Amino acid sequence: MQSTNFIWDLFGVNLLTVVAVVALPLGFVLIYALVAILAELKISAWIQERLGPMRTGPYGILQPVAEVIKLLQKEDITPDASSKLLYNLAPFIIFSGAYAAFAVIPFSSAFMPANINVGLFYVFAIGSISAMGIVMGGWASSNKYSLMGAMRSVSQLISYEIPAAMAVLSIVVLSSSMNMQEISHAQTGYFWDWYLFGGPGSWTKVFIIPFTITLAIAYFIASLAETNRVPFDIPEGESELVAGFHTEYGGIKFAMFYFAEYANMFVVSAIFTTIFLGGWNSPFGEFLQGPGWGVMWFILKSFSIVFVQIWVRWTLPRFRVDQLMYLGWKVLLPVSFICFFAISLFVMFK
Amino acid sequence: MLTYFKNIWIGFYSALVGMKITWKHIFAKKVTIQYPDERFPLPSNARNRLQLMPARCTGCTLCVAACPVNCITLETVRVVPDDPHQELYENGTPRKMWVTRYEMDFAKCCFCGLCVAACPSDAIHHTTDFEYSSLDRSHLYYKFQTLTPEQAEEKKRLFAEFKAREAREKEAKAQAAKPDAPRPEAEV
Repeated sequence: MQSTNFIWDLFGVNLLTVVAVVALPLGFVLIYALVAILAELKISAWIQERLGPMRTGPYGILQPVAEVIKLLQKEDITPDASSKLLYNLAPFIIFSGAYAAFAVIPFSSAFMPANINVGLFYVFAIGSISAMGIVMGGWASSNKYSLMGAMRSVSQLISYEIPAAMAVLSIVVLSSSMNMQEISHAQTGYFWDWYLFGGPGSWTKVFIIPFTITLAIAYFIASLAETNRVPFDIPEGESELVAGFHTEYGGIKFAMFYFAEYANMFVVSAIFTTIFLGGWNSPFGEFLQGPGWGVMWFILKSFSIVFVQIWVRWTLPRFRVDQLMYLGWKVLLPVSFICFFAISLFVMFK
Repeated sequence: MLTYFKNIWIGFYSALVGMKITWKHIFAKKVTIQYPDERFPLPSNARNRLQLMPARCTGCTLCVAACPVNCITLETVRVVPDDPHQELYENGTPRKMWVTRYEMDFAKCCFCGLCVAACPSDAIHHTTDFEYSSLDRSHLYYKFQTLTPEQAEEKKRLFAEFKAREAREKEAKAQAAKPDAPRPEAEV
C-alpha cells in the first residue's frame, strides 16, 4: 500500500513527527472552528438581511477570536450539586470524540494521519463518543433540563445512526473498501466518477444513480442530526430546555462544547465529501490534481457542505422529538435500506 | 402508502423551497444601518430635543400653560422705557418683555410638541438632536435665557424702580386731578 503520510515519508517515524501528525489536524480544527463560527454568524446575518459582526476588525472577521477570548476570561464554575468528575470530564470527552475522527480523514492523497483499513467503521464508533459526552454532561449537571437534553440526545443517536450507517455501508459495498483513502482513490477522474453519481464504471451505473443521490441526501440529513444542529438540535432546544445538555456549562468548558460542535460538523462534512464527492480528487480529471491541490479540493468541498449545514440551520425550524423518530425510523431507514439493497444487487450482478 | 410517499415528497420539497427563499435573502440588500457611522434620515416631523430661539420669544407663557409635565420654567420682566439696553425682536419690532429665565428640564419633557404648537411667535422648535443622554440628570436641565443672572437682577431692579416711580406719578396725578381734596401743603 502506498504511503499516506508525507510527514513520515520525509522525516521518518519518531516522537517529533508523531506529535506533528497529531498537532496538524488539531491546528486545523482550531483555525477551522474560528472560520466556521464567523461563517455561521455572517451567513445567519445575511439570511436575515443583517450585516452580522462588523466592528471587530475589518468586516468583523476577528469576532470569533474575540468570542473565544471572552469565553476564556470567564470564571470556571462547577455547580455544587454536580458530580464534579463527570461534569469536568464531559466537555473534553466530547471534543476528544470529535477530534479523534480526524485521525482517518484523508485530507490529501499524501496526508491521512492514520491509514487504517476500517476508517469508516472507526468514524462511526468514535462518533458515538460525543453522544456519551453529552449524556455525561447532562447527567453530571444535576439539572432537569440538562438531563432531558441528554436523554433526547441518546434517543436521537439511535434514530440517526442506523440510516447514516446504511448510507455509508452502501458506498462501502460499492467501493469494496472501508479505507477512506482507498475510497478517495477509487473516485479519481471526473466528477461523474464520484459515488454521488454512481461511482466509476460503465454506463450501467445509471441504474444506481438515483439510489446514490438518495443515499447522499439521507446521509446528509442523518449527519445534521449527528451534529445536533437545527433542524435536529432537540438535545439543545433552547426554547424548551434553556440550552439542553450544556445549560450548566460556562467559560472554557462551554467553549469546548462549541468547538466540538463545529469540529463534528467538519467531520461529517469530510465523510460526506470522501464517500460521495470524491474526497481530494479534482472534479475535472487532471485539472489541479495532486497531493497539494488535493487539500484545497478537500477543504473546498467540505466547506461547501458546512455551508449547506449552516444554510439549512437558518432555514428550517426545529423538529419535535416524535417527528425526528418518525423521520429516522420510518423514512430514512426504509429509504436507505432499499437503496442499500438496490446497490448490493447491482454490485452482485454487475 | 401513497400518502406516505406524498408526505416524504412534500417534506423534502418544502425544505428545498425554504432553502431557495433563504438563498435569495443571502444576496438581498441588507437593512442594517451602522448607526454611529451611518444615520437614518429623520422624518421632518421628528420630535427630538427642543430649542428655543431667544430672539423670537416674547415671554407670553403659552408654552408653560401648554406643557403637560411642567418642564418649562419661564420668568419675565417688562422692558423699562428708560433702560439704555433695548433690544429688537427678530422681526424688527422692539422687545417688550425681558425673558429672565427660560429653562427646560429634558429629564421631564415628554416630547409631545404641544409647546411648539402653542407658541405664537414660532420661537420653539424640535431639533434633530437625540444624542444628549447623560449620566447626570442635572445635565438635562437646559437654560435658554440670554441674560446673565446679574443682568436679570438689574432688569428686575429697573422695573421695580419704574413701578415705584409710576406709582408715585399716578398718586401725584390723582392728587392734581382732585383740587377739592384737602392737600397737606394747601392747608398751611
